[in-house]
Amino acid sequence: MSLSGKIAVVTGGSRGIGRAICQRLAALGALVVVNYVSNPAAAEETVKSIQSAGGKGEAVQFNVAVAGEIEEAFKKILDAHGRVDILVNNAGITRDGLLMKMKDEQWDEVLNTNLKGVFLCTKAVSRGMMKQRWGRIINITSVIGFAGNAGQANYAAAKAGIVGFTKSVAKELASRGITVNGVAPGYIVTDMTRDLSEEVTNTIKGEIPMGVLGEAEDIAGAVAYLASDDARYVTGQFIHVNGGMFM
Amino acid sequence: MSVQEKLIDIIAEQLSVDKDKVVPGASFIDDLGADSLDLVELIMAMEEAFDIEIADDVAEKITTVQHAIDHVNKVAG
Ligand SMILES: NC(=O)c1ccc[n+]([C@@H]2O[C@H](COP(=O)([O-])OP(=O)(O)OC[C@H]3O[C@@H](n4cnc5c(N)ncnc54)[C@H](OP(=O)(O)O)[C@@H]3O)[C@@H](O)[C@H]2O)c1
Repeated sequence: MSLSGKIAVVTGGSRGIGRAICQRLAALGALVVVNYVSNPAAAEETVKSIQSAGGKGEAVQFNVAVAGEIEEAFKKILDAHGRVDILVNNAGITRDGLLMKMKDEQWDEVLNTNLKGVFLCTKAVSRGMMKQRWGRIINITSVIGFAGNAGQANYAAAKAGIVGFTKSVAKELASRGITVNGVAPGYIVTDMTRDLSEEVTNTIKGEIPMGVLGEAEDIAGAVAYLASDDARYVTGQFIHVNGGMFM
Repeated sequence: MSVQEKLIDIIAEQLSVDKDKVVPGASFIDDLGADSLDLVELIMAMEEAFDIEIADDVAEKITTVQHAIDHVNKVAG
């Protein structure tokens, strides 16, 4: 499996799952654009780790919830590298709360970042991919988008929204050699899940047949497969990487 | 290069057809084998080449080479 010569953009590549995806794609030979929004030091660390392993990477700041920033950033990326072959829509946030107490802002923030961001970034790369008749779009959804979760109605709605979006765009772009797929992680050890109490973590583990949380690298492996030529006939699909907690 | 010549170049390239097939009366879908995505790409290529904006409801009516020539002549001419 080689991605040599490919240009990849990973949103939210500075930390957690996104960082592992960046490292894996770079290790397979892709030049990786590591996007971040607020944490340049973490993005630099991702880039350094790529470079010290002999790969190619660079950090680019933009907020996936802001159309103008995306337009400008992708224009620069296209000017510098000529094309984007692989887009991984990974950036995501949580603003949890029970429905009765959920504020409009909590809903809007999560929907704008987790769902509208996927639409905007996908649109930004679609034309170039259509022209070159090759592209890989990989959207990171979540087990929560399939199973739901009390306290995460906003997050679940956004992640389920990604599922419908992915299947629709897969149908639109299939005739142009572009595949659009998703990876649905279960509970993975990252900043997003590190702050959960031991009690909650233990309850979660009880729901996972494998009995342990996953690692960011487990998600990176699934993304690498979908990005590769091995997956050329796979589109509109989701790989669930969750230790068996949802089937 | 005239508008017509420039357009014929663009259409031939976008739809991957021979230039001599791109005659004024030709329909993009029926004669030149375009699908709906091709039409979107073609409209976007026209917008770029002539530095114009083509609204969706106008684009829908541009179904032949002649329509495209007329439209560009009207707005960019
Ligand atoms: N961890 C899990 O258990 C789990 C489970 C299922 C799905 N997921 C999904 O996996 C993806 C990554 O999660 P994670 O756990 O790795 O999260 P994380 O450790 O909290 O990292 C989030 C990443 O997203 C970036 N980001 C946040 N908002 C952004 C915005 N508006 N524009 C651009 N980048 C933005 C952050 O950039 P900065 O560093 O600049 O803040 C950071 O790189 C998310 O889509 C998440 O929903 C995670």
